[in-house]
Amino acid sequence: MAEEKEQKKELAPELKERLKAGFDLEWRKEMRRAIPVKERMKIPRRKMPEREPEERNRDFEEVNLGLSREDAVLEAQRCLDCANPQCVLGCPVAIDIPGFVKLIEKGEFEAGGRKLKETNSLPAICGRVCPQETQCEEICTLKKSTGVSVAIGNLERFAADFERGSGDVFIPDLSPSTGKKVAVIGGGPAGLTVAGEMVKRGHRVTIFEALHISGGVLVYGIPEFRLPKAILKAEVDYLCRLGVEVRTNFVVGKTATLDDLKAQGYQAFFVGVGAGLPNFMKIPGENLIGVYSANEYLTRVNLMKAYDFPNYDTPVILSKRAAVIGGGNVAMDSVRIARRLGAERAMIIYRRSRHEMPAREEEVKHAEEEGIEFHFLTVPTRYIADDKGRVKAMECLRMELGEPDASGRRRPVPVAGSEFISEVDMVVCAIGQSPNPLLIQTTPGLKVGKWGNIDVDWKTMATSLPGVYAGGDIIRGGATVILAMGDGRVAAEEMDRFLKPLP
Amino acid sequence: MAKVLQRQRLVPNIHWLELQAPEVAVKCQPGQFVILMPDERGERIPLTIADWDPQRGTVSVVFMCVGTSTHKLSLLKPGDEIPVFVGPLGRPSEIKNFGTVICAGGCFGIAAIHPIARALKAAGNRVVTLLDVKANYLLYWEDKLRAVSDSLHVSARDEFFETGDYIPRKLESLLEQEKDASLVVAIGCTYLMYRCAEATKPKGVRTTVSLNPIMVDGTGMCGACRVTVGGQTKFACVDGPDFDGHQVDWDELFARRKSYGEEEIRSMCAWEKDVYP
Repeated sequence: MAEEKEQKKELAPELKERLKAGFDLEWRKEMRRAIPVKERMKIPRRKMPEREPEERNRDFEEVNLGLSREDAVLEAQRCLDCANPQCVLGCPVAIDIPGFVKLIEKGEFEAGGRKLKETNSLPAICGRVCPQETQCEEICTLKKSTGVSVAIGNLERFAADFERGSGDVFIPDLSPSTGKKVAVIGGGPAGLTVAGEMVKRGHRVTIFEALHISGGVLVYGIPEFRLPKAILKAEVDYLCRLGVEVRTNFVVGKTATLDDLKAQGYQAFFVGVGAGLPNFMKIPGENLIGVYSANEYLTRVNLMKAYDFPNYDTPVILSKRAAVIGGGNVAMDSVRIARRLGAERAMIIYRRSRHEMPAREEEVKHAEEEGIEFHFLTVPTRYIADDKGRVKAMECLRMELGEPDASGRRRPVPVAGSEFISEVDMVVCAIGQSPNPLLIQTTPGLKVGKWGNIDVDWKTMATSLPGVYAGGDIIRGGATVILAMGDGRVAAEEMDRFLKPLP
Repeated sequence: MAKVLQRQRLVPNIHWLELQAPEVAVKCQPGQFVILMPDERGERIPLTIADWDPQRGTVSVVFMCVGTSTHKLSLLKPGDEIPVFVGPLGRPSEIKNFGTVICAGGCFGIAAIHPIARALKAAGNRVVTLLDVKANYLLYWEDKLRAVSDSLHVSARDEFFETGDYIPRKLESLLEQEKDASLVVAIGCTYLMYRCAEATKPKGVRTTVSLNPIMVDGTGMCGACRVTVGGQTKFACVDGPDFDGHQVDWDELFARRKSYGEEEIRSMCAWEKDVYP
């Protein structure tokens, strides 16, 4: 996206100062002297302990086990504590990465966790789901010199888990109460971030969540084996302890409109309703029994716990030969779930090649280890039914890569005459999500872009309605948790500014 | 969370459930539905809103026991709380003065058609109501519907009633009598709505049905409730639930509603073991 790249060419001067202040601390200077750069560069990157693939692909326990304390310290030692930390530039919310990493090296793990929380309200989550390999770790100085970056994501997870596990969760001082009411619509990553920021600034915050559990994609999209729900619950509980009110089973636009909330005294609004509109390919047979949108498949399994049917009442098809169409994180999650639910053949059908797959590197690696089949340069053209209207096979077409398209990736071009039939008993369509239109349809005056996303001023997250801000997937289409959080932070600052002059 | 105020069995296997839901109660419009979850392990299921009282802050639904979720609902007592009661969802029914409207409701659809008939009557329509039941002892809310209709008819495959006839034939003969009828609204099981739409098609009378596909979230997020209407894919939860009955791909809807036939049986067996040890 062009807009974000514009925003992050340079570290903001105030951030530069803060980073320098940390850099200049006595203990940081001493620590740099204690181990010379050449020594640091010799330490091999610590491996994240993982459960065995053939064992973990049968259950929903978390795959990554977390660095040990010793490994965390060693990994932190690899960080060169650059005077001009490029990693911070790579982070969508500009976490003081050397700041927290060096605290880990020092052995002050909880302090590292707190340092993270100064910028990132959901560090235990980001440490697990951020595509670090395209963000902080891609631009890491150590990577430039040795080819292998500091494992920043693993360290973030370590510090955040430590702080949470210590039972001594730090409750910051809140600003004096402003008495002003803020409505956060959508309890996903963007909304949770805004809520946290606004309550710390003394405002009265209510999160309005349509589902019965907050979290958005964090609860219905990302599976337990990548992000344990207990972590999410801890984060939401933390917000409630700060004073945020969470109202679930509340669909703004249906249960109440934005105007209704205004009449109830809410003065600033954040719309973080997400990209909850599934994209289908619009090919024949897409409405057959057994063809799911990824949203439905994931919601049944992750939110409604269909993997524990019939203890939980919501069923999901237990496929033996599953085809998941797509190459992003949602596709990876879907296909790995299918495998865990008993699929003998769990297949990814992707129209480009491995190199173009947008999924997080670690997820692709884990999927390969778990026995997922990858069929690249392939697209389905139609689904074939049995006599009961259930999918029993799909017809596919081979592709080859042509010229790059608007996203910069090479465009797939069909290979004539390459059609073939493949037996499947379930299909999950994971080709992307678009912004959910429900709130937009019931809020006149809210300007919307060509793809159904809410139009915002990218510097302020302000929408066309005064006092109404938006962020996350609703403005971007399906993107990442960290970008949603970044939007939330920007919006919160602007909303605070907006509220100041109001009575 | 919503608190149960009352639950009554209206007729065998059909229950009326009234809950405290003040926010939903002030927003309800005819034709809309709610999504409920009977307990923490339950499914999210849609039920058409049967009635509401904004002053008392109450909303009521009527359901038929067909599986685990509805059986769980049928055991609720006053004071019980259910973890999910969200709404009002869906687009409200179109209410205006059409002239003469035939409101057809069968089984649980009798309750669902009530708020629509009432609103149409209030909008100045001549409301001709037709209720369908399998047998005479399954008829309920006759007086409630009579109170909002200009005339009330019952069709049932039961000699207790004047014509032992299934709803489509009764509907055809009504259309013969009510030459001015410009709209038919039919709510009930999929088969009833399909048969009603088929019956009115040759006469070219606009027929609105309230489609009942399987749902999960109810806010347009998952696509479970997708139906094909006029050759296009629509989501019943946000584009409906009302659709033009003559444009619906009924075969597809019948098939999709059977997606979990075997699982439903497994679930009931497992639940019965818990409830009747």
